Amino acid sequence: MNHFKHYSDNPDKHGHFGEFGGRFVAETLMPLVLELESAYRTAKEDPLFAKEMARYFDSYVGRPSPLYFAERLTPELGGAKIYFKRDELNHTGAHKINNCIGQILLAKRMGKSRVIAETGAGQHGVATATVCALMGLPCVVYMGEVDIARQQPNVFRMKLLGAEVVPVKSGARTLKDAMNEALRDWVTNVETTYYLIGTVAGPHPYPEMVRDFQSVIGEEVRQQLAKLEGDGRLPDTLVACVGGGSNAMGLFYPFLSDLGVEMVGVEAGGEGIGTGRHAASLNKGRPGVLHGNRTYLLQDEDGQIEEAHSISAGLDYPGIGPEHAWLYEAGRVSYVSATDSEALEAFQVCARLEGIVAALEPAHALAHVIKVAPKMPSDHIIVMNMCGRGDKDIFIVADALGVSL
Amino acid sequence: MITLAEKNQRLEKRFDSLRKQNRAGLVTFITAGDPNLQTALEIMKGLPRAGSDVIELGMPFTDPMADGPSIQAAGLRALAAGQTMGGTLNMVRSFRNNDQDTPVILMGYYNPIYSYGVDSFLADAMEAGVDGLIVVDLPPEEDDELCLPARAVGLHFIRLATPTTDDTRLPIVLRNASGFLYYVSMTGITGVGVVGSDSVSSAVRRLRAHTDLPIAVGFGIRTPEQAGSIARHADAAVVGSALVDQITDGIAEGRDPVKAVLSLTSDLASGVHQARSRSLV
Repeated sequence: MNHFKHYSDNPDKHGHFGEFGGRFVAETLMPLVLELESAYRTAKEDPLFAKEMARYFDSYVGRPSPLYFAERLTPELGGAKIYFKRDELNHTGAHKINNCIGQILLAKRMGKSRVIAETGAGQHGVATATVCALMGLPCVVYMGEVDIARQQPNVFRMKLLGAEVVPVKSGARTLKDAMNEALRDWVTNVETTYYLIGTVAGPHPYPEMVRDFQSVIGEEVRQQLAKLEGDGRLPDTLVACVGGGSNAMGLFYPFLSDLGVEMVGVEAGGEGIGTGRHAASLNKGRPGVLHGNRTYLLQDEDGQIEEAHSISAGLDYPGIGPEHAWLYEAGRVSYVSATDSEALEAFQVCARLEGIVAALEPAHALAHVIKVAPKMPSDHIIVMNMCGRGDKDIFIVADALGVSL
Repeated sequence: MITLAEKNQRLEKRFDSLRKQNRAGLVTFITAGDPNLQTALEIMKGLPRAGSDVIELGMPFTDPMADGPSIQAAGLRALAAGQTMGGTLNMVRSFRNNDQDTPVILMGYYNPIYSYGVDSFLADAMEAGVDGLIVVDLPPEEDDELCLPARAVGLHFIRLATPTTDDTRLPIVLRNASGFLYYVSMTGITGVGVVGSDSVSSAVRRLRAHTDLPIAVGFGIRTPEQAGSIARHADAAVVGSALVDQITDGIAEGRDPVKAVLSLTSDLASGVHQARSRSLV
């Protein structure tokens, strides 16, 4: 069956990626979710919207981000040719800003006067606070108490940017609970408020919209690699870490129909996916419904959501975007995992060999690259998304290595 | 084929009887297994005599996105005490041993049902004596998931309408609705804020123009006076967080949570019962 073209055709008009996705929200939110969808459709068709995004990408975010040949890591591993897509060089230090620029422009078009967001590691919170400052809109960021404690630099950054950071005390006090609390705010302040979701999850149209805004990553890779390696040269393997999965969708989506391009998503293996303390929703979860969409979730046998565990706050989420769930079942993308200690090791290798202090999130992707690259031939091209920088993680890494600062 | 009317009439009979008595009903919400199975069952069994006309039994969920702090805490207490979906259905079975008339509506979120398996859940809920379902995160756009299968086996699927449900949206919400229409009187989460009687009155009038289903109004009702003012306009008043708070406070203050909940229920019931006779004066 010739269905490969359909890899990039999702979602359908109801927001379904196969059986995943959908709009599982309270009735109070439905009119808003439908309004958002219609506003997004209009914006997507409007060349002025694309032009405005491009302008901010160019002059504010600093796009295109470079595609860098990892010139010491490649010979060190002695196998595949490794490139990093340097989205950690973006303004605010991660890929999150790509999506925030798109959504804040949409929020302005919709006439919303207040923006809310959830954040785990704080990167999305910082990016949201940044675009709100840029547009002069009040911003409230929900963040779990546990994450606030482990991501103090980002909390301070958000406050400097004028955002109100609301500590979330419910549940496990991490990203999942921050998302619950943001949804509770939205359901209360539905007329005035724009909910700026940070990943490719939530009710339709968020997974599609966030993916579209992040796809600039993969589109740039296609052009940059052709320039560096010759016209028509595609990457052989794409590697990205997945929590909710927005940086991975951004890198993968433009290549989904290029069947020769292998894609690997790296989940957070925490203390090991056999220990029960991890965030590997695809490898260890099963389908369920949470936060507006059907996807793979970490849950017990009674359908209660379980806590995720990862050294990386940005991957510490018991679900994953619905398109990933679909690509997993369709077999188009393979999903592996890397543990906390593998990510820590990769973090250090990257700093020493390439002079790049990566965030702990892409350190998971790098850990996988370090595992597989040595077995690959030298003409095999791996592109890994370096989706965030590690300044925010210095204290966690020091702590994990037993160093007191 | 089994029709809804053949299979399941407790809810219709209850609203018929209320209409004949020319009074509104009191719908009470408690969470199954809160603070533990035995206490929750004792409360549930006492509710009809205390004046509850319809019982909403919450199915606990770790991530209740539309609920305020009271009902969140109730769900977590129940889960910590070991409540499961099977346990919730058993609660209904035990209740039905002594009460064949009071309608029981299960209320909650979709994932625990989806995880249980939709077909098994519907069969077991029917067999246990459940009359209807309210599933907060299943809007009409997802009717194929549970609403239509539930209607097919004879369970009511009760819809929520909210202040954001405008006249364009209302027919979509009502399309597969049955049992009664639950009007959520304000945007927001359960148990936070207060409803104005005037806005409720005009909202109920608007809804009646679209449906013959009984209209229950909830969210933010805490006192007998508030319940009474809702009962003047609506077919029923729904109280949840205020009852759940009685369990929380009862435990904290060393009082019997069963007595605390049932005593507030009696007061709410008198507020509701007297509402229309007063309005005639």
